[in-house]
Amino acid sequence: MIPAAFDYQRADSADEAIALLTEHGDEAKLLAGGHSLLPLMKLRLAAPSVLIDVGRLDDLRYVRDAGDHVAIGALSRHRDLETSELLAAEVPLLAHAAGEVGDPQVRHRGTIGGSLAHADPASDLPAVLLALGGTLVAKGPAGERTIAATDFYEGFLESTLEPDELLTEIRFPKTGAAGWSFQKFNRRAQDWAIVGVAAVVSDTVTGVGLVNMGSTPLLASGVAEALAEGADAAAAAERATEGTEPQSDINASVEYREHLARVLVRRALVEAGR
Amino acid sequence: MQITVNVNGEQRTHDVEPRTLLVYFVREHLGLTGTNVGCDTSSCGACTLHVDGESVKSCTMLAVQADGCTVTTIEGLAPSVDDMHPMQKAFQQEHGLQCGYCTPGMVMAAVSLLDENPDPTEREVRLGLEGNLCRCTGYHNIVKAVLACARGEVGETPVSVSGAAS
Repeated sequence: MIPAAFDYQRADSADEAIALLTEHGDEAKLLAGGHSLLPLMKLRLAAPSVLIDVGRLDDLRYVRDAGDHVAIGALSRHRDLETSELLAAEVPLLAHAAGEVGDPQVRHRGTIGGSLAHADPASDLPAVLLALGGTLVAKGPAGERTIAATDFYEGFLESTLEPDELLTEIRFPKTGAAGWSFQKFNRRAQDWAIVGVAAVVSDTVTGVGLVNMGSTPLLASGVAEALAEGADAAAAAERATEGTEPQSDINASVEYREHLARVLVRRALVEAGR
Repeated sequence: MQITVNVNGEQRTHDVEPRTLLVYFVREHLGLTGTNVGCDTSSCGACTLHVDGESVKSCTMLAVQADGCTVTTIEGLAPSVDDMHPMQKAFQQEHGLQCGYCTPGMVMAAVSLLDENPDPTEREVRLGLEGNLCRCTGYHNIVKAVLACARGEVGETPVSVSGAAS
């Protein structure tokens, strides 16, 4: 399977990437690791006429201690996160979940920025971003702006990034000793989750993100509300499907996904120490 | 677009269409057909090769993305059939293949795995090869081969096709 023809432009800096985006508008797509975009292009579900390769912007590939949060360059690869000692100590949920993305070959190439911006509800990291309450930094012709995780996902494969914006950094609050869990249910190790749950729970922070339970990555707000009211894991998990709209597909019916969500949320809360 | 890629130690300069996938560049432009195309959807791992020393599914990477990079294919792993890489010897010794279609990708993934984790447990080997599918072996002997290679338990004498020591 070969993608439709396109013009290839390599950006040597973030500013050059933004200038190219501005020049080509809706016709252009950013290429980072390519592990979300290229499969779509090979299936001809996407056919951008211009690809702007930002994969060599190594100045956007870092994991840094930034005081109360960890700052991650958007071009950091899953493997970078999986093996980061800083993340393992300060945001262990993210380090662990990054190691669950795809398989080693995918993690060698795929980037956190690409994965988050692709806005696939079946991807692991968007649910982790929501659970942790991260912040995204986007750069456009007018400068930088920050976007809260809860304001980032708009629809299926759709984020609130503007067509001329480049995701440059993602900030994750340190969770320290908070309990956490990542539950991924799939048929083969490398597959997307049929349903997944990312949870972080302590006295001060609670976040439960859901993978593949609607057209966007979702926060299980009913679960968080129940926990705040003092519910135990089993009772809180019963509210896992509130506000969700799972789809039926070859892997699972709607009812089965809802069942999985309740079971996996319960397991996640128990593992997180609730 | 003109690209230059160091493939198996040689600088190779070619004109490619931007949409050319790395696996087709390697197979069709360079004639290195040891790297197989399996599922062509980044699931099966048959097309695994190394880019800058790391395992990559070459059906999900553009050749232009490899411009300036170092690529190693299965052909680059060993100088000749008489002088195979320890991982290849281990696959032979432990019967880690049947039809052989997944083998080049499996070997390249396994070499990358040991580069990152030289002394893996059996579970780590199984997880480390999650991106490679084999429909013949049930994986058991593949895992044994990778463990044998990691532990330096690969004999020097190649085993002949009939199974007897040559």
